[in-house]
Amino acid sequence: MQVNEYKPLIVAFCCNWCSYAGADLAGNNRLAYPADVKIIRVPCSCRVNPMFILRAFQRGADGVIICGCHPGDCHYTSGNYFTRRRMTALFSMLDFLGIERERTRVEWVSAAEGAKFAATMNDFAEKVAALGENKRLEDLRCKK
Amino acid sequence: MNNSKYLRDEIIRMSGVNTSKCMKCGKCSATCPAYEEMEYHPHQFVAMVETGDIEPLLNSESLYKCLSCFACIDRCPRGVEPAKVVEAVRLTAIKKQGANRMTANDVPAMVEDDTPQQLLVSAFRKYTK
Amino acid sequence: MQRVGVFVCWCGSNIAGTVDVQAVSEALKNEPGVVFSTDYQYMCSQAGQDMIKDAVKEHNLTGIVVCSCSPRMHEATFRKTAAAAGLNPYMVEIANIREQCSWVHKDIMTGTEKAIILGKAAVAKVNLNTPLTPGESPVTKRALVIGGGIAGIQTALDIADAGFPVDIVEKQPTIGGKMAQLDKTFPTLDCAACILTPKMVDVAQNDKIRIFSYSEVTDVSGFVGNFDVTIKKRARYVKEDICTGCGACVEKCPMKKIPNEFNLGMDNRHAVYIPFAQAVPKVATIDPNACNMLKNGKCGLCARVCTAGAIDYTQKDEIIEEKYGAIVVATGFNPISMEKFDEFAYNQSKDVITSLEFERLTNAAGPSAGKLVRPSDGKHPHTIVFVQCVGSRCEACAEKGKEYCSKICCMYTAKHAMLIRDKYPDTEVYVFYIDVRTPGKNFDEFYRRAVEEYGVKYVKGMVGKVVPEGDKLKVQASDLLSNKQLHIDADLVVLAAAIEPDKSARPLATMLTASMDTNDFFTEAHPKLRPVESPTAGVFLSGTCQGPKDIPETVSQAGAAASKVIGLLAKDKLTGNPCVAVSDELMCNGCSGCERVCPYGAISYIDKEFRMPDRTTKVRRVASVNPAVCQGCGACTVACPSGAMDLNGFKNNQIMAEVDAICK
Repeated sequence: MQVNEYKPLIVAFCCNWCSYAGADLAGNNRLAYPADVKIIRVPCSCRVNPMFILRAFQRGADGVIICGCHPGDCHYTSGNYFTRRRMTALFSMLDFLGIERERTRVEWVSAAEGAKFAATMNDFAEKVAALGENKRLEDLRCKK
Repeated sequence: MNNSKYLRDEIIRMSGVNTSKCMKCGKCSATCPAYEEMEYHPHQFVAMVETGDIEPLLNSESLYKCLSCFACIDRCPRGVEPAKVVEAVRLTAIKKQGANRMTANDVPAMVEDDTPQQLLVSAFRKYTK
Repeated sequence: MQRVGVFVCWCGSNIAGTVDVQAVSEALKNEPGVVFSTDYQYMCSQAGQDMIKDAVKEHNLTGIVVCSCSPRMHEATFRKTAAAAGLNPYMVEIANIREQCSWVHKDIMTGTEKAIILGKAAVAKVNLNTPLTPGESPVTKRALVIGGGIAGIQTALDIADAGFPVDIVEKQPTIGGKMAQLDKTFPTLDCAACILTPKMVDVAQNDKIRIFSYSEVTDVSGFVGNFDVTIKKRARYVKEDICTGCGACVEKCPMKKIPNEFNLGMDNRHAVYIPFAQAVPKVATIDPNACNMLKNGKCGLCARVCTAGAIDYTQKDEIIEEKYGAIVVATGFNPISMEKFDEFAYNQSKDVITSLEFERLTNAAGPSAGKLVRPSDGKHPHTIVFVQCVGSRCEACAEKGKEYCSKICCMYTAKHAMLIRDKYPDTEVYVFYIDVRTPGKNFDEFYRRAVEEYGVKYVKGMVGKVVPEGDKLKVQASDLLSNKQLHIDADLVVLAAAIEPDKSARPLATMLTASMDTNDFFTEAHPKLRPVESPTAGVFLSGTCQGPKDIPETVSQAGAAASKVIGLLAKDKLTGNPCVAVSDELMCNGCSGCERVCPYGAISYIDKEFRMPDRTTKVRRVASVNPAVCQGCGACTVACPSGAMDLNGFKNNQIMAEVDAICK
């Protein structure tokens, strides 16, 4: 990709029961969102270790979004509550490190909310693109 | 229309009461000792403020019949606190009239042996700005 | 190193229309571990699956990546294909290039590019896959039902009907629960005892059912299929197997002034008692707090009159340990205390009663032998006021009432009002209501009959206060529709008290690691689709322990719970999901972090002996995951500070590899 044609790189962690199904539904309904979003399937949003997010930034991701079931709807009863608390802590640490708040996000998307999934991804990609490349956490040794 | 919306929001803000929580059980009116004196009853105050129908309340004598005994507040199963709504409407009326319905000069004439002092204090609080 | 085969599906034109499938297949050929890569029109078709099987044999594949539709669609299909080819089914990974690529992107360039990246991520993951075998655990073919009300009775009967042994644990001396106390049942008005007691007899006579009455569950351990339960059978000082229930002891007992719980304290019983005539088991029980013999060794009358010799003053509590495959919770409800509702003068007047007390009052076997009389003076009441929603839908006063609707009050009040007007047409009956909620088959018709045929006066409004004055109860209430305040001189006031879960439910939930809501109702695994299962595997819910319910609903839920139990007990072995948490004992530091976050109680700590480098041994406390209980959410993996906890199928290094592949 050329410099002037900057495309952000976005990693999306989606829980298997709600958000991944929501993403599938967006696909079924042909609701377009940027190809910059790459989805990783996890059983539950609480499976997302903060390490994964840091790793993504280290390897040059420009934004990371975690999608889970709505509070109270978690397939595993309480997983998304863990996510909410852990990510609050992580995001405030990232804030401290100077990573813009808009680069990270937790969003609740149910299996019925295909439209919300697409809208969220469009909005997130736009915000991340506006911030430009993430250089602060990128590990230059990983650059080829 | 705008004025009534403004009035409604002001009364809700002043009273700190969420009128939408009312489930229209009427326990406030059932418990009210001044019920027979009132044209509009506690549950109507809550309902009419909620719908923004406030002018009739402002012009009603009912405002001054409320004893502020707070029985309705105690009994309301939803925590709506109707007496606070009445109080807020009363304050709005007094503000509008721009005059006190009772001044300090009126007090001596009212003092009688069997008048509880608390009644005067409460009346003074209610009828003045 | 794995030998990975990549299979790119066209899905007709669904994928191939936006993704250059050949380019994807070509690009993935160069990924580490990939020894074979191809594309085909329909991978999920028989021909496509055969292609995969052949490739596994031909190229000695150890891992498979299918670039196709969502894994939610065909992961199971391709896992079966792998298994048919002799590969471990968990060596398959799916790259979702349809729903999350070709269908949402228009441009072939970007679509192809993204598909390649998703494929790379799947290859990176499959390189780290390990064969997984689902654990198996045996099933103890015996069920436990906690609570012997109509819910427990129905569940037990249905399970026993399918041929499985069931034990009922009931804390009262008899089964029957609340329904045994009722008079008539809505909307058909058949008498509760007439339809309940035959069922109680069925339970007693069923050789598959054991009843532990006057007993409680004190400890539960284990997991689905293998629960170890400790039951405390309290001493009733009467030998159950010998007592014939003749009642001679009850007649002779000199301690006659004990408030009778069964009639809610409206009359008295003896220190030795049988709760009611149709009790099951029909065995006397001695109340140790009231019996003179047990308290100070003087009396012994009952032992002398008992011809069977069943009285045993030396009886001790008995501890029973039993294994169960499934547990059904049917702990039921109680009306809430009316003590705090000063405005209704419940404490001040005997003539203000709750609806359950009213049931006893109108019951032919009740304290007044079915005659409707005032508890205070035994006179016939002429004006009766019913108050609805006492403590229900009560948000303001959490210490007094409950926020939820108790659901059954509208119907039983209509029933009470109707029964009074039927038996005593000279009585005036008022019902003060906020809303009348009567959804249910023939329910609204029933309520309308009370109004239209029986002339019950329904008044929209609440009662504000009740003041006892002389032998009358002054009721002050509002009539919202005619905008009036009513003053009624009533003879009897009946409060429709809110219902709450039994107090024993909370400690039981802790023992079972079953979750509860803030009102102490048990939570169901899914509010719509799994309404009779607790989120804890092997624990099922029946009746009002899950939420307010009337009898028809309770019975249908009891049947549903029973069918779930039967489904579980019919299996010889339970096959688990192999994607469960695993702990690396060498790395675990025994901090208990994982144990605390696990929503299923799947993690326990064991003391394990480790060999140290200097050939000594050391005992350390390490986490141990029970794979039969773990549901594989992964909450523990993140809570683990030492990185010992990991999740099969979604290992830390696998997800890291995916992140790396995507970010490269």
